[in-house]
Amino acid sequence: MSRIAALPLLEVEGLTKRFGARIALRDVSFELWPGEVLAIVGESGSGKTTLLNAIAGRVAPDAGRVLYRALDGAVADLVTLSEAERRRLLRTDLGLVHQNPRDGLRLAVSAGANIGERLMAAGARHYGAIRARALDWLARVEIDPARIDDMPATFSGGMQQRLQIARNLVSDPRVVLMDEPTGGLDVSVQARLLDLLRDLVAEIGVAVVLVTHDLGVARLLAHRLLVMQQGRVIESGLTDQVLDDPQHAYTQLLVSSVLQL
Amino acid sequence: MTVTPPSETLAGYSFAYLDEQTKRMIRRALLKAVAIPGYQVPFASREMPLPYGWGTGGIQVTAAVIGRDDVLKVIDQGSDDTTNAVSIRKFFARTAGVRTTDRTTEATVIQTRHRVPETKLQAGQIMVYQVPIPEPLRWLEARETETRKMHALADYGGMYVKLYEDIAHAGRITTAYDYPVMVNHRYLMRPSPIPRFDNPKLDRSPALQLFGAGREKRIYALPPYTPVKSLDFADHPFSIERWDERCAICGAGDSFLDEIVTDDRGGRRFVCSDTDYCSGRVAAGHRA
Repeated sequence: MSRIAALPLLEVEGLTKRFGARIALRDVSFELWPGEVLAIVGESGSGKTTLLNAIAGRVAPDAGRVLYRALDGAVADLVTLSEAERRRLLRTDLGLVHQNPRDGLRLAVSAGANIGERLMAAGARHYGAIRARALDWLARVEIDPARIDDMPATFSGGMQQRLQIARNLVSDPRVVLMDEPTGGLDVSVQARLLDLLRDLVAEIGVAVVLVTHDLGVARLLAHRLLVMQQGRVIESGLTDQVLDDPQHAYTQLLVSSVLQL
Repeated sequence: MTVTPPSETLAGYSFAYLDEQTKRMIRRALLKAVAIPGYQVPFASREMPLPYGWGTGGIQVTAAVIGRDDVLKVIDQGSDDTTNAVSIRKFFARTAGVRTTDRTTEATVIQTRHRVPETKLQAGQIMVYQVPIPEPLRWLEARETETRKMHALADYGGMYVKLYEDIAHAGRITTAYDYPVMVNHRYLMRPSPIPRFDNPKLDRSPALQLFGAGREKRIYALPPYTPVKSLDFADHPFSIERWDERCAICGAGDSFLDEIVTDDRGGRRFVCSDTDYCSGRVAAGHRA
């Protein structure tokens, strides 16, 4: 970890969410520290995405708190925060990378406008400055800056995903939530994206909550791991520790199910 | 005397066509709109005896504010003599028995589509704009529930994305009409499809400006002297259209010009879009 900090950035406490009779999250708690990458793994339907949506304020939990510590030390509960404040945080301090880049990008406007949107939402009113930042970020996510005025729809899947990452990181967020960022990409593109993510995370020291069902992705990127099953966190610990020496029967099953090549 | 006295009014109709309850309902919406400049107030828009898109919103607003002593002017693209303007003017002459005029200075109520008169408006005058699409954020967000929330939170950053796109693709802001404005430092508003040439006329105008969207069932307003600012970037400031030519009839160099093709060999001339302004200048002795 690049930074040592005395206090966690994000504290999730007792998060519970029901959809009718089904329980998507049962009393989920964890902490996220500055500069840390935390992976949440588990099979489909285990509550990973609901957890991410609850943190991002896209799903209202039935119980629990999501405490975010801002740069100035003020702590806000994202669950009870006003809509205006939550939206402000979501486009400055927090980022959300969707599994499908089409959910996270504005397809009808150019790549440059996609990157610039957060800056403009935060009050940037100088075209030249916005464009310079967009060009810089295109280069950083390995997209040819000459394509700044092209529509994202003309980009490949991997480029779209990298554009989505640039669009989120441009505002220097402190926490980025990622939902299966490598899902739907072929393996070589996945590998490149993972390299890029690892470099960016190390370089800018952003903390990441990474939801994935791919243990390989978790192994590569994450410092710590939470294993979820049926809405519960059943095991947590350092990534290597959990993957090399799983304690819970379900985690053992999950780890042993990975195809060895 | 340019004010036309009323012709015979139609028997059996309420004054200005709409029934009294409806006019009250519209006035309540108008009061709220004036109280919150730039905010879109929903209202129970009625069926009118002309199709949506022809000015049903403007007509309802005019019907709700016009009185027996008012003098009405109606313009369409700056002209008093186009179909839409003539029929709306006749409509009120017959249903309300009010006097009508071509002269901006003599009118107390001016209903308009696509232009603001060149002659400076006065305190006490009412401008009524016909609005096809009232929601400035609609291109960005299709859901009405979401756009209303964006207005409530003044979440307008996305609007600049559109201007950014203009500059990225054309080198300048190409939005030429219905150019978005910020009203009283608070609400984002569509000024209706007037050319951006007319945007500065909205700012701190002494006249009361009312906007009616019949199909979309929304009313909004600019009370007199409301600050209205056109969106722009620090390095790409808002600017209005300019012409190298002057009006071929009155020689005006300060008015919005229409380009008129005169033959099949590329012949063209430029004349004032505001016919009253142009004829007024000719009467005062100005020539091209």
